[in-house]
Amino acid sequence: MSSFGLLLILSVYLGLLFLIAHWAEKKGNTKWTNNPYVYTLSLAVYCSAWTYYGSIGVAATSGLNYLPIYVGPIIIIPAWIIILRKIIRISKVNKISSIADFISLRYGNSRFLGALVTLISIFGILPYIALQLKAIAETFHIVSKTSSQSNIFSDTTTYVAIALALFASYYGTRYVDASEKRKGIVTAVAMESILKLFFFILLGIYVTFFVFDGFEDIYAQASVLENFKEKNTIGGIPQAINWFFLCVLSLFAIFLLPRQFQMSVVENNRENHIKTAVWLFPLYLLLFNIFVYPVAWGGNILFEGKTVNPDTYSLLIPQFFNNQVVTILVFLGGFSAAISMIVVSSIGLSTMLSNNLLIPYGFLGRLQSGSQETNTKKIVQIRKVGIFLLIILSYFIYRIFVLEYNLFSIGMVSFVIIAQLAPAFFGAILWRRGSRNGAIAGMIAGFFICGYTLLVPYAIGITNFDNSFITNGLFGIELLKPFQLFGIDYLDPVPQALFWSILFNCLIYLAVSVSFKGNYRERNYAEMFVDIDKYITMHENAFIWKGTAYISDIQKVLKRFLGEERTKRALNLFSLKYNIDKNQELADARLIKFAENLLTGHIGTASAKILIASVVKEEKITLPEVLKILEESKENIIINKKLTETSRELKAITAQLKMANENLVIKDKQKDEFLDTISHELRTPITAIRAATEILHDDDEIPQEMRKQFLQNIISESDRLNRLISKILDLEKFDSGKQKIYVTRNNIYHTISETVKQLNQLIENKNIKVDIVSEKNIVKAYYDEDRIIQVLHNLLSNAIKFCPNQDGIITIFIKENEKYIEVAVADNGKGIDKNDFEAIFDKFYQSQNQNIKKPIGSGLGLAICKKIIEHHQGKIWAENALDSGAKILFTIPKYTKE
Amino acid sequence: MKKILIVDDEPNIVMSLEYTFKKNNFEVFIARDGQEALDILQTAQPNIIILDIMMPNVDGYNTLEQIKKEEKLKDTKVIFLSAKNKEKDIEKGLSLGADLYMTKPFSVKKLVEQVNLLLEKE
Repeated sequence: MSSFGLLLILSVYLGLLFLIAHWAEKKGNTKWTNNPYVYTLSLAVYCSAWTYYGSIGVAATSGLNYLPIYVGPIIIIPAWIIILRKIIRISKVNKISSIADFISLRYGNSRFLGALVTLISIFGILPYIALQLKAIAETFHIVSKTSSQSNIFSDTTTYVAIALALFASYYGTRYVDASEKRKGIVTAVAMESILKLFFFILLGIYVTFFVFDGFEDIYAQASVLENFKEKNTIGGIPQAINWFFLCVLSLFAIFLLPRQFQMSVVENNRENHIKTAVWLFPLYLLLFNIFVYPVAWGGNILFEGKTVNPDTYSLLIPQFFNNQVVTILVFLGGFSAAISMIVVSSIGLSTMLSNNLLIPYGFLGRLQSGSQETNTKKIVQIRKVGIFLLIILSYFIYRIFVLEYNLFSIGMVSFVIIAQLAPAFFGAILWRRGSRNGAIAGMIAGFFICGYTLLVPYAIGITNFDNSFITNGLFGIELLKPFQLFGIDYLDPVPQALFWSILFNCLIYLAVSVSFKGNYRERNYAEMFVDIDKYITMHENAFIWKGTAYISDIQKVLKRFLGEERTKRALNLFSLKYNIDKNQELADARLIKFAENLLTGHIGTASAKILIASVVKEEKITLPEVLKILEESKENIIINKKLTETSRELKAITAQLKMANENLVIKDKQKDEFLDTISHELRTPITAIRAATEILHDDDEIPQEMRKQFLQNIISESDRLNRLISKILDLEKFDSGKQKIYVTRNNIYHTISETVKQLNQLIENKNIKVDIVSEKNIVKAYYDEDRIIQVLHNLLSNAIKFCPNQDGIITIFIKENEKYIEVAVADNGKGIDKNDFEAIFDKFYQSQNQNIKKPIGSGLGLAICKKIIEHHQGKIWAENALDSGAKILFTIPKYTKE
Repeated sequence: MKKILIVDDEPNIVMSLEYTFKKNNFEVFIARDGQEALDILQTAQPNIIILDIMMPNVDGYNTLEQIKKEEKLKDTKVIFLSAKNKEKDIEKGLSLGADLYMTKPFSVKKLVEQVNLLLEKE
């Protein structure tokens, strides 16, 4: 394959990744980007080119030694549920965006410690990035069958590195707030994780089943090679100790590598995603390792006696059999593994570089006076340039230093350097006494021991410098031999370096922390980190601060970085959360912490503290005072919890009261309406009586016939008035419960016949035909006969009233079932409006237009009927008859409860 | 002869009003609800209308609103005669453009006086 063709494939591939990143960024928080599987796959950024190529190299040359790098993480991952969750919680509430922020904030927001962590990380990771570039470059040359050029400008891999640097610096700095989630990068990395695993397994299957005849075949052929046995047993206690240290080393790495911190903590969307990662990520690592062995030994068999770099077996094997598709796919897999590592690491590092080194130690002064736009631009620019320079610098490191070493040993050096953060890091979340000075002293000591036992000897290794330092020790002292420090000669260089550096690091961290008291701020953050679960909801409460500060000053600082709009919104939310009066002028501890948090994502914890401190006047607090306040705040939190519960109960009661009150208001309104209606109803007959009486009184010439008519009117209106009063009193009795029902066993057929008889005169007057439809003429039930007669009388009167003047028909249906009897009174009048079906039974009812009269009668009759039927445990309702006319039905239970 | 329209759903009240106004030389039209009144007004053009408020189908307020839309009825006087005697009912009636609001029960004599007074004003 030509260089050009390969470059073309790479560009297309990069372009696709770019598209995925772009798409995910645009999509935002959808189920495609925000789910536990994407999260887990993004963690697989752990498997870099080192895994992809280096494992095979190690497996081929020294057997089982490649395994600890995966065994370590697999051992510790179950503990993520507790530890990683804690770290994520701490980072979320404090808006932490890197491991440097994390450590420096815990140790009293220490600027120096943040910078130190950053420097150690850069020291550790740059060779690691160089390793990736080396892998890309070497594999590129293998696939394109070219060789590395000594002039870097004519070497194509230089341009690949530049393209990568541009890609990473563009996509890694989309947000000025570094604690924001980078959906695009995460999704692209997750995608690459799928691809690299897929291509690697593809290669495994190809080698195992196509080149060879399965696992047994490879084993059979490999076992006759020389050194097979020694390479594939752990072999004795010293080797086991080596193994153990390598496990510990990678266990640290899975927490401390900036790219792992970035993916597992900063980019974590939901704590719950950890639950999936806990089983899926180890599974991923296991899958990756299935074929390492077959490929490594397959290579050993095929290239026995030839001098080839075993790191590149995975490409050489398919190339050996001239299979170009597999070669290129494998190359793309390795490329994926390398670039995800490079991009994520450089983002993490550049955030640290800007937030923990450059801004607090240089740019802060300039940012302090800039406007929001220029500040945002400047910060993003610093990070962009940072990412670009880090990658380019790594490229130079690759060209100058690491050309000679294999992937595995470079990776190991990185791991050991990064491991120096472990005591301070794990101490941060587990041990309240751990202090800033302890952390700094331990880290520096550990780093120097690393340098002495690993970096210096390795550096000497590349140059052809006099190596008596390695063979004879410093100043010729045996005990100071870098690879056998203090006479321990059974450890390999890497485990040895780890052992001594971590030992001294830990001891010094512990000793200094215990011997010298930290300042109050450290103690304060120690409390917040170790007991994060207690402070998770109101963590600003846990921050201790005394002094004077004006909200307006703080606001000004915030505006410079967040802008007018966001500052306002944030402060509003804050005062809502803590129920603070908006007109308050003085800021309290909570606001100070809140403001620091807001700035942290932009410029890092240390700078945030410096900026806020520059506009407020802080008073010193002594350590005992802090401890006392912390003790009190713990009690307060418990009291607060109780208060919240009580206030929740109060809220519920208030809601109930409010509802009861609303009901009362409605009832009251209904009562008023009822009185209105009643008084209107009472006045109407009085009006008629008064008018007629006045005419009779004043007019002597009135004809006899008219006089009689007026007198008749007075009589009937007086009767009406009387009926009305009785009805009102009836209703009142039912309402107040004074009305008693006396049930006896009666025949409803008989009751109905009796009622019809009472109304015979009216029925005959209007010439109405009345039918009673029933299967039997004895239908018995328990009821108060007088009351039911009242109901029937009312229903029949209405029916008579609404029957047409000619051919009026009233039909009374009687039905029964096991439990109820049902009576229906139907007329052939004009029927009832459907909307009034329920309302006609309501004594308070007035149709929606208050001035329209009710459809039936005085309006009280049906209300009384309803009361009576309800007192019988029955139901009453209205329907319209099929053809025309109204139909009122009611039921009464056949038996009483007793 | 002056014409009067009586709108009320209570037959006995209507009977008294009809008798009284006929005796006072009015030509009397009778409607039992707002709709009937509006139907009558399509053809007849009374000088004065006596209007109840609580009636089936179309209430008195609504009826008056319709009347006020008719150009040819702009000189017709309207008296509300209602048992609704609350302040807000009266205000509403007058604000709709009624010339007078009398509450039930009422004095027949006074009603006749008021009717005459209103018509003389012309």
